[in-house]
Amino acid sequence: MTDGTVVPLRRRRVIGLLAALALLVLLLLASIAVGSRDIPFAGVLDALLHDTGEGDAYVVWSLRVPRTAVLLATGIALGVAGMLIQALTRNPLADPGILGVNAGAALFVALGIAVFHLSSPGQYVWFSFAGALLATVVVYAVGSAGRGSIDPIQLTLAGVTLGSILFGVVSAMTLLDRHTFEQMRNWNAGSVASRGWDVLLPVLPFLVAGVILAIAVAGPLNAIALGDDLATSLGVHIGRTQVIVVVAVTLLAGGATAIAGPIGFVGLMAPHVVRWIVGPDQRWILGGTLLLAPALLTAADVVGRTVMRPGELPVGIVMAFVGAPILVLLVRRRRVSAL
Amino acid sequence: MTSVDFGRRTWVLRRGGLALRWQARTVITCALLAAAALAATAAALALGDFPLTPAQVWAALTGDSRAGFARIVVLEWRLPRAVAAVLFGAALGAAGAVFQSLTRNALASPDIIGISSGAYTGAVIVIILVHGSYLQQTAGAFVGGIVTAATIYLLAWRNGMQGFRLIIVGIAVSAMLTSLNTWLMLTADLEVAIAASAWGAGSLAGIGPREVLVGGGVVLSLMIVLTAFGHPMRQMELGDDAARATGTRTEPLRLAVIVIAVGLTAVVSAAAGPIAFVALAAPQITRRMCRTPGVAVLPAALTGAVLLAGAELVALHVLPVALPVGVVTVVLGGAYLLWLIVHEVRRR
Repeated sequence: MTDGTVVPLRRRRVIGLLAALALLVLLLLASIAVGSRDIPFAGVLDALLHDTGEGDAYVVWSLRVPRTAVLLATGIALGVAGMLIQALTRNPLADPGILGVNAGAALFVALGIAVFHLSSPGQYVWFSFAGALLATVVVYAVGSAGRGSIDPIQLTLAGVTLGSILFGVVSAMTLLDRHTFEQMRNWNAGSVASRGWDVLLPVLPFLVAGVILAIAVAGPLNAIALGDDLATSLGVHIGRTQVIVVVAVTLLAGGATAIAGPIGFVGLMAPHVVRWIVGPDQRWILGGTLLLAPALLTAADVVGRTVMRPGELPVGIVMAFVGAPILVLLVRRRRVSAL
Repeated sequence: MTSVDFGRRTWVLRRGGLALRWQARTVITCALLAAAALAATAAALALGDFPLTPAQVWAALTGDSRAGFARIVVLEWRLPRAVAAVLFGAALGAAGAVFQSLTRNALASPDIIGISSGAYTGAVIVIILVHGSYLQQTAGAFVGGIVTAATIYLLAWRNGMQGFRLIIVGIAVSAMLTSLNTWLMLTADLEVAIAASAWGAGSLAGIGPREVLVGGGVVLSLMIVLTAFGHPMRQMELGDDAARATGTRTEPLRLAVIVIAVGLTAVVSAAAGPIAFVALAAPQITRRMCRTPGVAVLPAALTGAVLLAGAELVALHVLPVALPVGVVTVVLGGAYLLWLIVHEVRRR
């Protein structure tokens, strides 16, 4: 390589990814070590190695490990969904909720509460997922109406608009019915408390499929960033790539919302921060997001469990308080990349 | 002198050195929108539990001594809300057009600068922690909105203002405030939380003559100032460099129009709660009706007025249950915007 800027970029990418990996491992450990029950770190390690099924080991294996797995899975899902939707719409303001995922999920959960009297996260899962799927199908239909492929602006507007309408309906339902209001205000906060394997495992295959699809389209998305015409001339099948992206975002964001309720901000923020470190190559952004997004979410949850012990704050609420200051600091420090 | 072909029908007015050029479609659309806003206001004055004929409404408005009780009904009960719907809708539409024009991003609206979430936080704190009166809520919302906007602007300022940085900082601060609001709602009593949530949806229920005089006065004067910036804003849409090359002072202009748009939104949020979606939808609806390439302030303001006044009519007289006007606005305006998006594609 004769170009002097290439080597530092590669070094920065590798160092950045390694740092993110180390951070993620540390935070996952912290998530297992911290909780309302005081267990010394040696005790946690001991419990991790010897599952005796009682006392500390019970707490670690049946409460903290599943919760940490949920954090890892939803963090990855939200981050990757955010990275995909920002690349697809070429809009740095886009977040996974933009396809109407959160709004559709909220509507169906509200319906489930009002009509079928659901009351626990395990029961919400499929309603939430179905709502997310249905909303995305409608948004995609409107966003790609009239031509073979998606018009990014049209898709974005359609998603925001449908999302607003659905949230309006949910808002009307909750204002008219106290019971629904009470349930929905808890769901709305977005939380991983009391989410265990029973909630995670049914959704996990969809999340894995979503990540595999994301890996498959990361290369073509680089070409799409150049504009539809250039991408076509580079041999990218635009329509197919867009459909894969939309399917992947639906699986990932829909799955994450089904598990934990609407958790905002991580899907918007993680790809931004990664982009500032590794540059505009979507494959590197994907790699960085896979590590950084779950790290952010886990950090938020650990903070949420620590600040109000023995009580806790929902991760959806803490997320913005952990992430926003970092984002503001970063955006002030460096020259920002406008995608 | 040969005429320039602008690709669409334009009307030109020449008086000496002055030449004004309007696109025919925009002028007609604006006239229709203004008529619709007037009609909605008239309907709002006549309809209700105490129905009045147009003649009675007119008599009450003109101060005819024979109007009697109708005078109280029209002037004190119905007029404030009807006028507020039109003025506040116009303010939101104009503010949305300003932000979408400045950032050249259809997702941008004053909500991004955190005014709505800030105003909501201010009001929710007053409602939940202080149990304050309506006036205190209004003050809380106004202070919350302005403080948030100022904070975001200061955080985003660094050797000048970059539109993209402003948006990112705005999103970050708004996300924190939204989380704070969610948490406040979670910890509040159910009744108080429902009341706060209803305020948060945006409602004109608390509007009286005083709110209209103060809020409407501020909105009107800000809008008049804003029209002066219409032309340079069009230049700014070309990008900062091109705008500077054509003689626009971009930095002062940007600050001025942002301050005006923030003021418009803050006043409305304070008086009626953070009515969502009008600011986002009105410029986009207008752009599709006028078939213009960019967003324009005055037509967007008219669309906002029609949206909010129409939604207020529906909320009061069509729906069987009492819902905040903000909820109705979102559903009606959203459905119309979706239809426009699909329709626009079919035409291409």
